[in-house]
Amino acid sequence: MSVPAPALAFDRVSMAFPGVKALDDVSFDVRAGSIHALMGENGAGKSTLLKILSGAYTPSGGSLALDGRPRTSGDTSDALAAGIAVIYQELHLVPEMSVAENLFLGHLPQKFGLVNRRALAAAARQQLELIGEELDPWTKLGTLSLGQRQMVEIAKALTRGARIIAFDEPTSSLSDREVRRLFTIIRELRSRGCAVLYVSHRMEEIFELCDRITILRDGRHVDTADLATLTRDAVVQRMVGRKLADIYHYTPRPPAGPGLVVEGLCGPGLAEPCTFSAAAGEIFGFFGLIGAGRSELLKLLFGGAEKTGGRVTFAGRALTLTSPRQAIEAGIVLCPEDRKKEGIIPVRSVLENTNLSARRRKARAGLFIHEAWEQTNARERTAQLRVKTPSVHQLIRNLSGGNQQKVILGRWLSEKVNVLLLDEPTRGIDVGAKSEIYTIMQDLARSGVCVIVVSSELPEILGVSDRIAVMRQGKIAAILDRAEATEEKLLKLALPLESGPRGAELPPALATP
Amino acid sequence: MSTTASAAASPAPRPAVADFFDKAGMLVVLAILFVGCSVFVENFLSWRNMQGLALAVSMTGMVACTMLFCLAAGDFDLSIGSVVACAGVLAAVVMNQTESITLGVAAGLGIGALVGVTNGYVVAKLRINALITTLATMQIVRGFGFIISDGKAVGIGLEDFFSLGSSALFSVPTPVWITAGCFALFGFILNRTVFGRDTLAVGGNAEAAHLAGIAVDRVKIVIFTAQGVMAAFAGIVLASRITSGQPNTSQGFELEVISACVLGGVSLTGGVGSMAFVIAGVLIMGIVQNAMNLMNVATFYQYVARGLILLAAVLFDRWKRRKQ
Repeated sequence: MSVPAPALAFDRVSMAFPGVKALDDVSFDVRAGSIHALMGENGAGKSTLLKILSGAYTPSGGSLALDGRPRTSGDTSDALAAGIAVIYQELHLVPEMSVAENLFLGHLPQKFGLVNRRALAAAARQQLELIGEELDPWTKLGTLSLGQRQMVEIAKALTRGARIIAFDEPTSSLSDREVRRLFTIIRELRSRGCAVLYVSHRMEEIFELCDRITILRDGRHVDTADLATLTRDAVVQRMVGRKLADIYHYTPRPPAGPGLVVEGLCGPGLAEPCTFSAAAGEIFGFFGLIGAGRSELLKLLFGGAEKTGGRVTFAGRALTLTSPRQAIEAGIVLCPEDRKKEGIIPVRSVLENTNLSARRRKARAGLFIHEAWEQTNARERTAQLRVKTPSVHQLIRNLSGGNQQKVILGRWLSEKVNVLLLDEPTRGIDVGAKSEIYTIMQDLARSGVCVIVVSSELPEILGVSDRIAVMRQGKIAAILDRAEATEEKLLKLALPLESGPRGAELPPALATP
Repeated sequence: MSTTASAAASPAPRPAVADFFDKAGMLVVLAILFVGCSVFVENFLSWRNMQGLALAVSMTGMVACTMLFCLAAGDFDLSIGSVVACAGVLAAVVMNQTESITLGVAAGLGIGALVGVTNGYVVAKLRINALITTLATMQIVRGFGFIISDGKAVGIGLEDFFSLGSSALFSVPTPVWITAGCFALFGFILNRTVFGRDTLAVGGNAEAAHLAGIAVDRVKIVIFTAQGVMAAFAGIVLASRITSGQPNTSQGFELEVISACVLGGVSLTGGVGSMAFVIAGVLIMGIVQNAMNLMNVATFYQYVARGLILLAAVLFDRWKRRKQ
């Protein structure tokens, strides 16, 4: 046959996590000697796909083929041996070791069982030359800039003789000059016959660099095409797709009175003082790319970080917010972004996770557990939010992501809530549970709660919010009414300004991925 | 609820045997061990031996109560063996100098509280790993015990003090009553108070607990302090039993207590633990040692056996978690 097998083929790959299908029947080819873009919204399944490629995950369905041969085992060292390298945003390097040692970590040149330092230095120099970095191979990695480290990571992939190289948002921490050099290297890889998979949100880069594109949405494959045949609008449209409007259950509500007023709030992660207000009974959205300062802003409001200036009032009363406990007592509660790390106590039951905060106030004499209240409250919250669990004594880690999120909402509904802060409330949650959570949000707003929601999903933020603030590089770029907000406007406002040296204008807090 | 709707939320049903073993695991092991020893080990079931056994485990039992809290909160305390020795020595020295039992006991408990607060503060506020912190205080406190006793046993001259360790009520030694009281008290605190539930939450996920308004640092400091006081109290009881403060005593005691807790199903990663199982763990360790004594197993071999039990306990913990 004249057509060679593709360097990398995903064949009906699926990946299921408890309660969520992260990838559903995804098939596409990546050709040798081409740069293949992979695009999709947050949660579309890009990172899951990369993790399957690197062998970190074993797909629950389907398979991968390299040069037409199916890959049998899914193990990270096997993937490395098969010539696959995935370069993540967080670099996998050892800062305490030298550049040379990092480059050859795991396969250092040896002589009589000892590291052959001379051979190591020579080989390291050669690799560094290849990527155009002039570095002493014995420099400690920790002393390099982020951009340089990224280059070292790429050189490291090349030492393994990788033929399939995937980049996950590689330019997010690079300066313009470094981006140019990275592109040169990637093109060089292409001309050497490597297959490059390139994940990025930056439309400009994709159209400048890539030959083909695959678009994912909600874990499904939408399209694979030559980039020359697509316009930017066509790509955006495929990424966003047409979604059912009524999963958001939006109904207009009149503002229920004075709410949260934030004036000139400053703190870690914010480049400029933030000012906004959200009325009681309003759903106020924050849109922005990852690292734009949205989570940092919520953290400040919740007392999780020390503010350096500005004031926060609720219903006219000034609030001191120096700890989560104080925030909770003022009726400000947070459903954090990373449910597993910051939300749930995985080894405890639904009951305990529900009552985690409110039981303090319900305890007899402030010390002894009020057993009857604990049981009743857990049952009521579970029923109210329709948490699917065999019993309230089930360990929360056995629940799906959506149900875990509902338990955390239940934790706060056990308290008197004035302001509900939601950070990416539906990340990793399937559509059914998403819709239920949107309903809960609308109901809470109608009952007079001021709901502040942060999301990187455009349809979600447009679907639920009364007003939307767009954050960009640590500041509020604009606040739009529901009626005037469109996906295009929000995206345009959220994207970093392309003029000028990109790396230089990022505040330090955002330069670290 | 329809079965299809709940399928995603409920875990796959497990065999009833595994489930039973999970719930009652160590209690079953304890029962089998007890019956086995009763049948096969001569004199095991005698009243005299039972008294001796209870007395032998009473110290481990007391300190295991607070160690349970420490482990449940996701921390460790290696300093308790040294605190036992140092508190005993200090109590002896103070009693001899002041002729006052009260002052001696207070001094012993005071040093325990001081070590505990220090451990807690360094771990919670300065965010130093508990293993490192208590490894350091373990050596400091051991050294302090040697310094105040000049490296020698300190005999106690106040005979009234010995009744704490050697008296009995209904022919059950007083230390055993105290330990039983501790089991009841700390079991109650763990299950029925906000503090107990907060402890498990902190161990299960400290960040989530903090964001739910729990004062994580305070919980940790209180636990370490209680641990220090409890170890000191055990040291005072020991000093009363052996009528002197011994700076050399209880080396490796911390590992005995931790083994007993782990054997009792307390997760080393925190968040999981129950008093009933810890009691079972303490008794298993005690019975094994007692049986070995009765069978005249040499002390050196007993060390080997104790190590193997600890290893078995940790592997058991891992196996249980892997299964889930």
